[in-house]
Amino acid sequence: MDDRRRHSALPGEPGQAPSVAKDMENRIRQARPHVTRNEDLIFEVSSPGKSGVELPPLDVPTVCAEELLGKGLHRADVEGFPEVSELEVIRHFTRLSTWNYGVDTGLYPLGSCTMKYNPRINEVVASLEGLATDHPYTPESLTQGCLRILHEAARCLAEITGMDAVSLQPAAGAQGELTGILLIRACLADRGNPRKHILVPDSAHGTNPASATISGYEVRNIKSNARGCVDLAELDRALTEDVAGLMLTNPNTLGIFETQIREISSLVHARGGLVYMDGANMNALVGVARPADFGVDVLHLNLHKTFSTPHGGGGPGSGPVAVKRGLEPYLPVPTIEQSTDGSYRLDYDRPKSIGRVRAFYGNFGVVVRALAYILANGPEGLRQTTEDAVLNANYVMSRLQDVYELPYDQACMHECVFSDRRQAARGVRTMDIAKRLIDYGFHPYTTAFPLIVSGALMIEPTESASQAELDNFIEAMRSIAAEIEEDPPFVLKAPHTTRISRLDEATAARKPLLRWKPE
Amino acid sequence: MRYLPNSPAERAAMLEATGHQAIEELFAQIPEELRLRGRLNLPGPLSEPEILAFFRQAASESSREYVSLLGAGAYAHYRPVSIDALLSRGEFFTAYTPYQAEIAQGTLQAMFEFQTLMTQLTGQEVANASLYDGSTAATEAVLMALRITRRERVVVARTLHPEYREVLRTYVRHQGVEVKEIGYAASGRVNLDQLQAALERETAAVVIQSPNFFGTLEDAAPIAEIAHRSNSLLIVAITEPLSLGIVRPPAEADIVCGEAQSFGVPVAFGGPYLGFLATREKFLRQMPGRLVGQTRDSKGRRGFVLTLATREQHIRREKATSNICTNQSLCALAATIYLSLLGKRGLKALAEHNLAKAHYAAQQLCTVPGMATPFGAPYFNEFVVQVPAEGEELLAALRAEKVIGGLNLRKFYPELANHLLVCVTETVSKAAIDRTAEVCRRYYSGGLPFPACRG
Ligand SMILES: Cc1ncc(COP(=O)(O)O)c(C=O)c1O
Repeated sequence: MDDRRRHSALPGEPGQAPSVAKDMENRIRQARPHVTRNEDLIFEVSSPGKSGVELPPLDVPTVCAEELLGKGLHRADVEGFPEVSELEVIRHFTRLSTWNYGVDTGLYPLGSCTMKYNPRINEVVASLEGLATDHPYTPESLTQGCLRILHEAARCLAEITGMDAVSLQPAAGAQGELTGILLIRACLADRGNPRKHILVPDSAHGTNPASATISGYEVRNIKSNARGCVDLAELDRALTEDVAGLMLTNPNTLGIFETQIREISSLVHARGGLVYMDGANMNALVGVARPADFGVDVLHLNLHKTFSTPHGGGGPGSGPVAVKRGLEPYLPVPTIEQSTDGSYRLDYDRPKSIGRVRAFYGNFGVVVRALAYILANGPEGLRQTTEDAVLNANYVMSRLQDVYELPYDQACMHECVFSDRRQAARGVRTMDIAKRLIDYGFHPYTTAFPLIVSGALMIEPTESASQAELDNFIEAMRSIAAEIEEDPPFVLKAPHTTRISRLDEATAARKPLLRWKPE
Repeated sequence: MRYLPNSPAERAAMLEATGHQAIEELFAQIPEELRLRGRLNLPGPLSEPEILAFFRQAASESSREYVSLLGAGAYAHYRPVSIDALLSRGEFFTAYTPYQAEIAQGTLQAMFEFQTLMTQLTGQEVANASLYDGSTAATEAVLMALRITRRERVVVARTLHPEYREVLRTYVRHQGVEVKEIGYAASGRVNLDQLQAALERETAAVVIQSPNFFGTLEDAAPIAEIAHRSNSLLIVAITEPLSLGIVRPPAEADIVCGEAQSFGVPVAFGGPYLGFLATREKFLRQMPGRLVGQTRDSKGRRGFVLTLATREQHIRREKATSNICTNQSLCALAATIYLSLLGKRGLKALAEHNLAKAHYAAQQLCTVPGMATPFGAPYFNEFVVQVPAEGEELLAALRAEKVIGGLNLRKFYPELANHLLVCVTETVSKAAIDRTAEVCRRYYSGGLPFPACRG
């Protein structure tokens, strides 16, 4: 591969032998992280004697730490710790940030993750003094504002899901799953037998089986049918009297609504089990349909997906669980209640509770942001948002299905899932296509699952993508398909325009280097 | 709606491209009877000024005008403004888990730095890229110890944060694990006799906290020795890691875990916080959570990737070391920035300020007749004060003077009904400490002589 060709996706650079693909590259408007900056590790830019903070003078008598703590407990200093000025810290992290790609940079169609716009007002209100500063053990009478926010957010989420009660304690979706399955367990145990198995469809996200296992259940996978949905006959066979419940994602990870969800719920209930819904995909449903009407007993929401709170490079999130009346007694302690005088309080007196799943009351700061989003939208805005998210996914699907294989050919909800089968015939897999997409200035889609699609391309544009941006994305995807026909090795070596090229993951895992050490 | 980028005309064009006439058709897969008729009963839509007004009102119904002496697992420290300036860069906070390393080097390198900082502080060899919070970190540490030792019992100090113990019980209840609790000695430290007696051949781990829930610093060495004699692991949880600026880390521990909220993360009514877990290299493959590793790209340049993913749920599913997926990345970034700003000198100086303030406060409170610090062992920035009567009345009197005077330990330790847990960080001024002591003195004036102050 000659050098100029390798860089042909950079704007304005003349390419070699004109091809359809290259013309496309130049036409497609691009957003890309900064490629030229260099920045060492903070430990490497450090030099002795510097600090980025100065403390105010100590207004109490100084003490001798070594004396107070004793020789055995006293530490002189932390070896290897960085020593840099404030400016160097600002530059260091600013430069690092330019190597990242976020929703603010451009389209981020990472399936199942709902990478929507994170409104700035959310950040502003979460950092207000009082909300960002109240201590979790502040006496209730002095922190009514925080309690009201929690109460109001829980009420809104109950309304959106149609469920009867909500706990905001779980720290993320996976912890919501764990909480939900523990609730099922507590309820069944109360009825006399917690049972042994949880059924999980083969299309489920990896956290589902992992969470069920911590809850003390053995996971039984059930096969999906030709539509990618739960196979009622298969479910019927699997539903023995040892089955505590079913964990169902709806819409499922193919972006398909489980049309028979009522029949599924009825069947599980008829056999004495309960239905858990993984609500990671609620962005397809808000304002359009409510899980309570599906026969679902408990579900979790991901505030960092559906409700616009930032993903933060991997968190924090928040994974509230919503339940029907019958599961309410088992919710984690404390719950937030309103007294008859209108004031709010924490209720610890819940003898049937499963206990706590984390300290304090959950990721409060994330809940503040989610409530700001709900208020900004109102009921009509939320419904319009859902419609746009579904329209965007269908638009992408309809304009790519002639070049990428659609294993389940039907209208989708909030995301669409292609297979790399045609491209794999040329030796190019979904991850390679994803890497090439980076050259075109987009964040890739999800490649890791659902496992029932070989080489999945899971695309979730969300409502935050404009038509213009989607057209760019669609052209990029078509252009890559053409490149794969023309020149597969070129795609296999992508990305060509980033600061670093593909990394040696095998060595990283074989000889793990997980911290910096001085030379 | 201001967040949505498409115009009605663009929507219509897109709909046409999909071959549909009406948006309703896209929802045809949802059975008619499952669709919501009517509209959600929610407030809004609100404009930006209206949203601000709503939350400002809530923020005003807070304790922001009060001096707070609350700690107990959540610590008020000054946050340099540079933290939020950097966190608010969209490239950081609007990105997700760095699955695509080529366009996520910013997050990955920062996480690698975070892991390094945590190993330096804790004296361990490897640290992960964060867990939800201290309570789940302690719980994950126990689950890890159960896997490593293939045993089914744990011994937990009652001086481990009470809410952490509750979380632990919730998680292990259905895994056939037995949790035994051991008490504290007159010094406020773990009762070594009880520890000795509680250990069995089947004990997977001993879990202690240092500084413990009473603020007392434990001496990890003898505890480790006892634990290791029965081949159990020692897990040390830390809720106030600023202490590590001047306190020797528990190098004898097999796992050091806890809460790093102190490092630049707001108190924010309990979350989001920053769980961490560090351990020895030999236990690496049993660790929960994400790990960032250093490697090279195809041209030999240094780069960072998520690694050892075969421990994790997306590959291992029901056999994963943990179910965690989304973690607390942005909080870990805050901690990385905070610790970089403080640096070696700043961390030490700040820890010394905390030590000095807390000791000054203890001294002042102990001049009040009837108030004393019952535990003799060294402490960092938090300590227990014994008061002449049930603590609630004094706390109410302090509240009337705009002081939240600490945590009434009765909440978690019925036997300590007349004891308060008091935390004094660098954010509490001498004037506030003096005022607090003065209110106590006035409240108890005319009291009888009480035991003298120790420690
Ligand atoms: C379908 C589905 N379920 C569950 C989860 C887990 O949620 P979290 O990452 O918030 O723990 C995810 C997240 O990525 C998901 O896509």
